[in-house]
This record gives sequence, structure tokens and C-alpha cells, in this order.
Amino acid sequence: MLQIILTIILYLIMVVPVGIYVYHIAAGKHTFADPVFDRVDGVIYKISGIKPQNGMNWKKYALALLTTNAVMILLGYMILRIQSIALFNPNGIGGMEESLSFNTIISFMTNTNLQHYSGESGLSYLSQMLVIIFMMFVSAASGYAACVAFIRGLAGKTKDNVGNFFADLVRITTRVLLPFSIVGGLLLVWQGVPQNFSGNVVVDTIEGAKQVIAMGPVAALEIIKHLGTNGGGFLGANSSTPIENPTIITNLIELYSMMLLPGACVITFGKMVRDRKREMVQAKSGLDAEQAFESKSKIRKSFTVWMYGREGRSIFAAMGIIFVIGLSVCFWAESQGNPALADVGLSQSMGSMEGKEVRFGIAQSALFTTTTTSFTTGTVNNMHDTLTPLGGMIPMLHMMLNVVFGGKGVGLMNMIMYAILAVFICGLMIGRTPEYLGKKIEGREMKLTALCIIIHPLLILAFSALAVGTQAGLEGITNPGFHGLSQVLYEYASSAANNGSGFEGLADNTMFWNITTGLAMFFGRYLSIVIQLAIAGSLMKKRFVNESAGTLHTDTASFAVILVFVVYIFAALTFFPVLALGPIAEHLTLWA
Amino acid sequence: MKESVKNVLRGTRQAVVVTVVLMLICGLLFPCLLTGLSALIFPNQAGGNLITVNGQTVGAKYVGQEFTEDYYMWSRPSAYHYNIYTEDENGNQYYTDGTEFPGIGSGSNNYAPSNPELTERVEADIEAFLEKNPEVKREDIPTDLLTASGSGLDPHISPESAEVQISRIVEASGLSEDTVREIVKNNTDGKFLGIFGEETVNVLMVNIEIAQKMGLI
Repeated sequence: MLQIILTIILYLIMVVPVGIYVYHIAAGKHTFADPVFDRVDGVIYKISGIKPQNGMNWKKYALALLTTNAVMILLGYMILRIQSIALFNPNGIGGMEESLSFNTIISFMTNTNLQHYSGESGLSYLSQMLVIIFMMFVSAASGYAACVAFIRGLAGKTKDNVGNFFADLVRITTRVLLPFSIVGGLLLVWQGVPQNFSGNVVVDTIEGAKQVIAMGPVAALEIIKHLGTNGGGFLGANSSTPIENPTIITNLIELYSMMLLPGACVITFGKMVRDRKREMVQAKSGLDAEQAFESKSKIRKSFTVWMYGREGRSIFAAMGIIFVIGLSVCFWAESQGNPALADVGLSQSMGSMEGKEVRFGIAQSALFTTTTTSFTTGTVNNMHDTLTPLGGMIPMLHMMLNVVFGGKGVGLMNMIMYAILAVFICGLMIGRTPEYLGKKIEGREMKLTALCIIIHPLLILAFSALAVGTQAGLEGITNPGFHGLSQVLYEYASSAANNGSGFEGLADNTMFWNITTGLAMFFGRYLSIVIQLAIAGSLMKKRFVNESAGTLHTDTASFAVILVFVVYIFAALTFFPVLALGPIAEHLTLWA
Repeated sequence: MKESVKNVLRGTRQAVVVTVVLMLICGLLFPCLLTGLSALIFPNQAGGNLITVNGQTVGAKYVGQEFTEDYYMWSRPSAYHYNIYTEDENGNQYYTDGTEFPGIGSGSNNYAPSNPELTERVEADIEAFLEKNPEVKREDIPTDLLTASGSGLDPHISPESAEVQISRIVEASGLSEDTVREIVKNNTDGKFLGIFGEETVNVLMVNIEIAQKMGLI
């Protein structure tokens, strides 16, 4: 319990400097490392013919993102298909079959990292590097770029310029992801994560048998896997293996590297919105900016406001509340143990240890599970299929919500959708035109928001229905009873939320599962991003409205609470029936 | 019209070149750089923490192994038998329980808590354990010892799980109880800073010391 609280407190401290750094990168401000990175970026821009100062409107930006991702998918697919060549392939891995390659490449490009293969037998080191590690960088950078463009749209300095996609992609990769990865990667190696190009080692054990031990460039993949909230492991069992995650220190490094950047994104949002407000006040009064800002808006100086920005703070708080509630339920459920095992006489005093590692225990496992699904990473340090029914419902629920910090950038964008929905509902209640961040929310935005929010449950529920309605889908289920439905639900929730963890028992490397989850991942990713950019583009064009007595303030604690309720109510309305048939029913039968 | 075609072409060209450039930087340069740095600074860890006894590699520090002898400490059950196998003269590979070894893997059986196969496995394991450890009472078997880990490669058991095996090891190995306790203590790690993680006993390291004390290696 204590270790969970301490881990979270440390996070709240560390996220602030990272947030400030990322804000500087996103807003194109000066940082201490500019002399180095300006040169690196300059070379990349020159080779690629990128003109970073050329702004794009939201349509061009979305098109550039889609084109670039399409090229990456094409190139990556080809490498997967020809990976059997003798380059970086000491273990002699063969080529990958078409439907699996399709699923894998969509999975990694969309930042999902759902894996229907097992790393140790399915991928050569060449693919692990040129496809997997590469995609882990650029899918994260693509998501982050979209988010930065989205924030620029909301912060609205100009009428149509949301930035240059290529410049954002490059800057985020070289200035945030690469330097963090090199430092973090070395820390992981220090703790015992292998990093080499040699083939698997066979040893003679002291009992006279043989053991084969996996090798490879594990640390390089491991660090960007978490930093980019990707989640696809080098090995089948992901971060539960002592090769990817040997000690409690590596566990903490991996935990923090997946939490920091999504949190930093919220801070970036808060600060960029604040910048805009400050400039507006300055323009109006002509006074010194800082002074005018403080006096005009009558804001008490507050530490949390300085850290997160006012608007960022309420979003961060809402996400934090949902996270802590989920974490508590998961930890409690796992600590209760498994009554079925208690019945046959195995003490459950340690909690439910099936599928968990001794070095992490219940506390770090519950924390990792809640984090990986809230921050939509999808890495696991214990097997989610073996979680207790309610413990396993939390990760599923957080992927269904898909707003609790979320993956690189997209979590924030989703949460803003709910914020718009919240001001809309509040606006109806108090009988005023809803406003968010100084812009009127009108018909067009509401339609797009509703569409965006509805796509996610539609993908999950429609595909689940398809799976349980067809023989091909049913064949994948490996656990009997209510848990079988949970396996199906989890797989599609994970796909649509671009999470990538799984109830791994599911026999999912079949044509049916490869194609359907591939589609869920694809639409879950790109439809939302395009719609969200469209909303930003539409809001940009509007004029700022002046605050009045009737304006609903979105930077308050009460708004954070309203936001939490809106998210939970929406989730309950859409998902409660299936959750009742899956995990809740399993819980009731198990504890009956 | 012509202008827009030009724009599309320029956009596509940027997309292709930036993809190739980033692929080389992130997918090749970065892992090679990290491999080089790790080999320089942490050569042992980068190579997988292999453990060598008398010039022979017997395992890796953080990868668990399956042990069957009564004088060795036992690990947790594993769906992949810790990738331990034997080879007959025809080169066929089998797990130690006689089933076919399909090649390297990791993971668990992914039994849901409500899955009857889980309770069957645990029940059978309890009986087998009690038979070999007659001094242990059923309710004293710790949870972790008879539940499978997530990775199937868990190198650790809890100190409680080590404790319940001590009397068997003492009897089968002929070592004194103090020696065995000393060995377990040497290979027990506490929590990080006394707070984070759990207390663990490294099974492979314990067994190497037992083997050395018994003069087997």
C-alpha cells in the first residue's frame, strides 16, 4: 500500500519538469539543448525536403499524418514478409504469414502493439529493430504530433495554422523520445536487461538438462516500448519476463517511462492555453503581460496552476480521480485472492498469485496493470487473463473509457471530447450556449464530438457481437463460462483503445482475429484523430467570446468532478450490460 | 489543378524520405548505439547475466529454472517448464515431464480464476508437494509456490516458500539445517529501499550453492 502511494507521489513530482520540457518542444520555445538538436533536425529537414516554417491547416496536417503512416505501414509490411533473410537473424526466424503481418503492422503503426505472435519465435532481430523499434518511435511521435496540433487549434493563435506535421514528427522523435530512450535504455541494461545481437544461448543446467535463454537487443525495445506507450514485448510474456523486467528497479523505470509523457501532455495543454489567454490580455490592455494577466483575470497565484496551467489542472485532476478509483479496486480485488483455490486448500494470504511474479507481488502488479491500461500502453508485468474477475474488469474498463491519461497525446484529445460533452450537458442545464476555452460549442462541434465518442464503443461492442456470433470467433475462446466473454471483450477493447494488452489465453492468431482486430485498431486510431483535428479546425475559426457572469468555468474543482461523472455515466450507459455478463457475473459465481 | 498535383507529389516525397531517415535513425542507429554503449559500460548485464561455474555456463541470474531433485529448491510451476529440455540421441527434444518441447517460449496457461483446470492443477500439485514434504501442513504451503508465474520464467520464490522446503532439502542433501538456512539467506533480497517490491529468494543461485556444498559441481 505504502509503495503504491509513494510511487504515485514520486510521479507527481517528476511529471512537472518533463511537462515543462515537452511544452517547450511543442510550443517551439528555446531549450538548453537547442544547439545540438537544431543541427540534427536541420540535417533531417534538408534531406527530406521539409520546410518546418510552412504551416498547415488541419486538413493538410491530417493528410500528411495519414500519408506518412501509410508509407511506414507499406515499408514495415515488406520487411516483415522478408525477415527470413540472413541479416540480423542469428536464430533463423522465417518470414511472417500475410494476415499476421497485416495485423502486426497495423498494430504497431497505430501505437496498439497487440501481438498475435510470440517475439522469441516470430520475429528476427532485423524486424524487431527496423519494424518494431522504429514503429514504436514514430507511432508515438505521430500521436503526440496530432495532439500538439489539436492543442494549437484549441489555443487558437491563428485561424488555420496548426503547425507542420513533419517538423512535429521529427522534433518529438529527436528531442524527446531518442534522448530519453538512450538514458533509460542504459539504466535498464545496468539492472540486467540484455542488449546484444547474439543468438539465443543454450546452457547445461546443474541437473544435467538444457535450457535455452533468449538474447537480443531487448533493452532498446524495452525503453521505447514504455516511453512511447507502445507495449509490445520483445518476448511473448512481455514485461512479466525477468529478461525484459528483471528487478523492481526496472519495473519502476518502465512504470514511470509510460506515465511521464502522457501526463506531460496535459501540462503542455494547460500551459499552451494559458499562453494564449495571457497574450489576449496583453493585446487588450497593452500592459506588461505578466502583470496584466495576474491583475485582469484576478487569479490567485497558485502552485498547482503554475505547474499544470488552469485548464490543464482540472483535466489532470479528473484523470487522476478515475485512475485512483480504478487502482484501488484492482488492488483490493487481487489482495482478496481466488476463493476457488482457497477451497482446495491453498492459502490465499498473499493474494491471487496465479500469473504474477514474486518480485512484483500484488501491489506492483495491480499498479502496473492499472497504469498500462489507463495510459494505453499495453505492456504487462503479470498475465491479465489470470486476474480476479473484478481486478480484470478495471483494465478492461479503463480501455473502454480510453481517457485516463491515455496513450501518447490521444488520451488528452479523448478527454477533451468528454470535456466538450460535459460543458454541453451543463450548458443545457443552466440554459446557456456552451463554451469551452473561450469558444462557443455549436452544432457542428457537438455532432463531431458525439461521433467521436460513439465510435469507440461501437467498434468494441459490434466486433464482440460478431465474434461471439460466429464459429471462427468462438474458436478463439479458451476459458469456460463468463470469462470467455471477458476474453473477447478485452481483445476488442484493447484493439479499439490502441492499448495492445490482452487476455492472452485467447487463441488469436487466426485469420478471423487478425483481420477483425486489425480493423478495430485502424478505425479506433485514425477515425478519432481525424475527427478530433476537424473539431480543432472548426473551433479555430471562431471568435473568442468574452467571459460573463453566466460562463461556466472549466478550470475549477467542481468541473473536474462533473467531468468524472460524465465519463462514468457514459461508460455505464454503454458498457454496463456487457460487463455484467462478463466479469461481474464471473465474480458473483466465484464468490457465491 | 497542376499546382495541387505538385503539392501532393511533394507531400508524398517528404513522407517517404522522412520515413526512411527515421527508420535508419530509430531502427538501426539507436539500437546499435545502445548495444555499443552497454557493451562498454555494462558488459556482463548486456550479455544476459550468464552465470559460469568452473568454466561452464549453467544459467542466467534472472531466468528461473525448473528443479526436480529433492535436494534442490523447487521453483514455481511453469507452463513452459522454464524452457528446460532434454535431447535424446535422435535429436528429439522433450520437456522433463516427457512432453514435446516446442521451442523457446514464455507465458502462462492463462487460466481464469474460475477455470476448473486451474483448481485441478493446484490440487494435484498440493498432493505431490505434501507427499515429498511430509512435515509440511497443507495450510502452510505459501500461495506463490503452487501458482504459475506470468512469464513462466520467474527466478524467485517468496522466503516463506523457501522456508517450507528447508526440511526436505536438509534430509535429501545431507547438509546441516544451518548450512541450508545460511545459503537461503545469502540469496534472499529485501525490498528496494525497504519499501518497493517484495522479498525474494533466487532459486537458481540457492541451488548452485547447494550443489557446490554437496560437491556435485
